[in-house]
Amino acid sequence: MLCNICNKNPATVHLTEIVDEQMSELHLCEDCARKKSQAMEQQFGLSDLLAGMADFDKPKNETSEMVSAVKCPSCGLTYADFKKIGRLGCGECYNAFKKYLGPLLKRIHGSTQHTGKSPLRVTKVLKKRIDVQELRNRLSKAIESEAFEEAARIRDQIKELEKKQAGENE
Amino acid sequence: MQLKDLLNHTSEWLKGSGPNSEIVISSRIRLARNLANIPFPHWANKNQGEDTLNKIRDSFLKVDCLKKATFFELAKMDSIDKQFLVERHLMSLDHAQKTNSKAVVVDDDEVVSIMINEEDHIRMQVMQSGFNLHEAWNMINEMDDSIAKELNFAFMPDWGYLTACPTNAGTGMRGSVMLHLPALVTLQAIDRVLAAIAKLSFTTRGLYGEGTQAMGNFFQISNQISLGPSEGEIIESINGLIRQIIEQENQARETLLSKNKPLLEDRINRSLGILRSARIISSQETIELLSMVRLGCDLGMVKDIDRRRINELFIITQPAHLQKIEGKKLSAQERDIKRAEIIREKLNIS
Repeated sequence: MLCNICNKNPATVHLTEIVDEQMSELHLCEDCARKKSQAMEQQFGLSDLLAGMADFDKPKNETSEMVSAVKCPSCGLTYADFKKIGRLGCGECYNAFKKYLGPLLKRIHGSTQHTGKSPLRVTKVLKKRIDVQELRNRLSKAIESEAFEEAARIRDQIKELEKKQAGENE
Repeated sequence: MQLKDLLNHTSEWLKGSGPNSEIVISSRIRLARNLANIPFPHWANKNQGEDTLNKIRDSFLKVDCLKKATFFELAKMDSIDKQFLVERHLMSLDHAQKTNSKAVVVDDDEVVSIMINEEDHIRMQVMQSGFNLHEAWNMINEMDDSIAKELNFAFMPDWGYLTACPTNAGTGMRGSVMLHLPALVTLQAIDRVLAAIAKLSFTTRGLYGEGTQAMGNFFQISNQISLGPSEGEIIESINGLIRQIIEQENQARETLLSKNKPLLEDRINRSLGILRSARIISSQETIELLSMVRLGCDLGMVKDIDRRRINELFIITQPAHLQKIEGKKLSAQERDIKRAEIIREKLNIS
């Protein structure tokens, strides 16, 4: 009998596969069987590897047990759960495990600073924060150079902006 | 729209048009998004899962570009119908296997599809024919903005969009390009190319995404890194890589033509001969032979069949498609017979 995949070499490996309650038999040569089993192993995904990586990055003054017991206050997932399943429980987990996830993200992506797009409403809040920061910088420069009229104007602008923001957050 | 309407319809990405369509089958961008303050699908209980599903469904009704889309709830579908959507690349195999509180939303042209409660709450994708990630990005970016007006996404300024698996955090974006590289495979140069791709932190997968093996000389190449570079930078880096692979495949095709033309013509025409006369044929053999015939089209050796018909055959000869066409469940052997029949029908009209 020839191998079902390459149709060239004699079949020496016999496989029974059950897909959707359908049984099928495969007769393979050694080469094709090896390729097929490699393909099956590749299904072991990246997230499975993550679990192992998650342990490399714990701070020196904390024991493995301490890190494992850290729990997300929002969804209840512990760091031990994350190490086991390779998935976080909710968005809040990123805050709860921030000091362990930072190094992990760096390992995965080579970076810990997002530079892509933001959801619209976050973009607005971020922009306002940056505006206030910029005004504060200008204010201290104005005070340094004793331009007090300018400084008073900037101070009013900051107050205005902060008042608006507080109103939106309520 | 119903599933059976899709049967007589060629998906936009299969049209065999678009830039570099002799080598690039399709370009796809997917974005992963999650709702703030709700557990990710794998960690949610049944009620939370159902609530999320309903919340997302309601919000989509307010999004202009999704108003006409069809909502398929997986719990209400049988296994053939689910497999049918997987074969059309509208959802992942993983999504089809676990069905609680899950759905997929598909637009009429099958350009847009959105999986709800897969690994993340929302996994949206846009697919285009040929080498065209920019157009796919423009569409999905606009759709993402519209959805963000209705739903509050989990997001941190430093780490971007928050995803169930940290490998997707940041942009939550995966750009993928499906390539047909028969000449590089024939010249046994493909391993060298794939090794180089892996070194540059890109991944290669088979026809059906994660965990599937390369079949019939098809390779899907995607970015691995999603946090750090912006969406535009990620797309540019994929584009740069794909341009080089296209160049290599073109050179390999020229080498084959100049050194082994009779051998190549023989393989292509034998493949066509088998497809035109076989009475029983497996899905694997079909994909491999169709791959050769597609190369024949690209090189002008096969003149009476267009690329679109071959692209379409790759999909309609898959198991669930055969069973939808026949309108009943078929055993493996019945499928091999039906497959051969459909191929003969499609390839013998000129």
